[in-house]
Amino acid sequence: MSASSSHPASGKPHGVFAGLRNWLLLPSWSIICIFVLAPIAIMLVYSFLTKEFRGGVIWEFTFAAYDQFFLNRGLFGDEPVKIEWTYINIFWRSIWQALLATVICLLIGFPTAYYIATRPASTRTIWLFMVTVPYWVNLLIRTVSMKFLIRDNGPINEWLLALDMINEPIHLINTPIAVQLGLFYSYLPFMVLPLYASIERYDHSLSEAAADLYASKWFTLWHIIVPSVKPGIVAGCILVFIPSLGAFLAPDLLGGAKNFMIGSLIEEQFKGTAGNWPFGAAASMILLSAVLLVLMWYARSTSRARTKRGRGSE
Amino acid sequence: MNKSLKDIRHYFGFLPITILCLTLLYGPLIIVMIYSFNDSQSITIWGGFSLRWYEDVFFGLEAPKFKKAAFNSFSIALMAATTATTVATCAAIAMVRGGQFRGKGITFGLINLPIMVPEIVTAVATLIFFSTIGFKAGYATILVAHIAFCIPFAYLPISARLQGIDESYEEAAVDLYATRLQAFFQVLMPLMLPGIISGFLLAFVISLDDFIITNFVKGAGVETLPTAIFGAVKQGIKPNIMAISTLLLFLSIVIVTFSYLINKSGEKQ
Repeated sequence: MSASSSHPASGKPHGVFAGLRNWLLLPSWSIICIFVLAPIAIMLVYSFLTKEFRGGVIWEFTFAAYDQFFLNRGLFGDEPVKIEWTYINIFWRSIWQALLATVICLLIGFPTAYYIATRPASTRTIWLFMVTVPYWVNLLIRTVSMKFLIRDNGPINEWLLALDMINEPIHLINTPIAVQLGLFYSYLPFMVLPLYASIERYDHSLSEAAADLYASKWFTLWHIIVPSVKPGIVAGCILVFIPSLGAFLAPDLLGGAKNFMIGSLIEEQFKGTAGNWPFGAAASMILLSAVLLVLMWYARSTSRARTKRGRGSE
Repeated sequence: MNKSLKDIRHYFGFLPITILCLTLLYGPLIIVMIYSFNDSQSITIWGGFSLRWYEDVFFGLEAPKFKKAAFNSFSIALMAATTATTVATCAAIAMVRGGQFRGKGITFGLINLPIMVPEIVTAVATLIFFSTIGFKAGYATILVAHIAFCIPFAYLPISARLQGIDESYEEAAVDLYATRLQAFFQVLMPLMLPGIISGFLLAFVISLDDFIITNFVKGAGVETLPTAIFGAVKQGIKPNIMAISTLLLFLSIVIVTFSYLINKSGEKQ
């Protein structure tokens, strides 16, 4: 270990702490490798094992879990193979809900972040503080608050009834709309903060130049501001999309059994009545693969943007 | 700033959307807060102001259960955040002050892995891991899982702070015959302190907040506040839950204000 720490290509490292680098990294490396990376590897193995009833596995290799996710062979496994839509549909529903939540967060988050970033420095911090506070509030409590608010006999319905604006309560709980509300409510701060960081660095003389050349304001917004702050938009979208895709609390508390998302499906395999560990592991692997695809696309798009910018400055 | 530039920056409709955004963020929380002071047994009919549900939380029938859960939550959050902050501070010094080295990108990815992997996947993986090595689920498994996923949350503010500190400080200390340990504890650490405190507070809140991973690795009998609240909510939202929620809400506001003030004083230096 000491051999590798003392000579990178450029000669001896300077800096007071450079020589200790590997020792300083050892705790984080070992904790994350042992308690995050290794468990994911074991989970991958589990997804190819045979299920034991009521949890646990039998150490026999099989594709049964993935087979169950994608294919339908009938109750006794002897019918012609069809595609099993149940789980694919749950997966699709999760992707759609997560995409929709991302779009709604962007539509509300962008104007908010822009408005805050263009405030004078003295009030800007107060606005920013107000947007930050909900991020620190317990997610479960926020979800429960949303549930309390939109219940059939919750305050909103009671008030609307009392004001004679509706004749019967608006039924929201256990619908896809309630799940959407919950997702969007849970992850909105994740959108505003990176957007704000990006917009704050935007040079408003560009807008001024555009206005001098007779560009309309909305043209400027779409063709100048949005492309300039794209890294923030992409980062915000990723930060909303990924947790929404694997969300458990919002679909479970607000959606009920009919609006399962993949997070609830996985939970059911371990904590619920289903008790099929290999199937839960397989569903987790499928979710993880989807997330990795999104992150790879993100890494590629940011590195491409960087090389483009590098060439532009030459 | 002249008026025309101000005009160019201004977009019609952005202020109402900002207000809508804040209303959406705060509305549900404020309503729950108001109803937690409701005197009525039924949770939607307003029966006047009262503190009876707060009394119920501290001295009522379910009080021992919630007290035990709160103790577990806070002790785990304290230990997990302390460990994660220490580990993350070491990692930040290595990453920011270690120069270019092979595997720097991979190390960065590894440290941030718990943020990138969906929580439910980490939860499943951790449950399977502990079950495979035959470790009994309980207090210790929750603590270990929390330490692992708190590391990146502590790391980000600490490394951001360290990037803004010039290397000449610790170099000057070593030139004046300070040992590396002295250079760290007497020169670098005081400068890093705002970042370290922010990192600790963020890790503390993230640990306190966690439901999914805790729910998977907690085993029977051990509850934290979120799992206890979740269990209670499954049987319907009762007013005492709203009182607990309001208390936790205030705690969050205190912590975020504290973190904000620390950062502000750090910027002034």
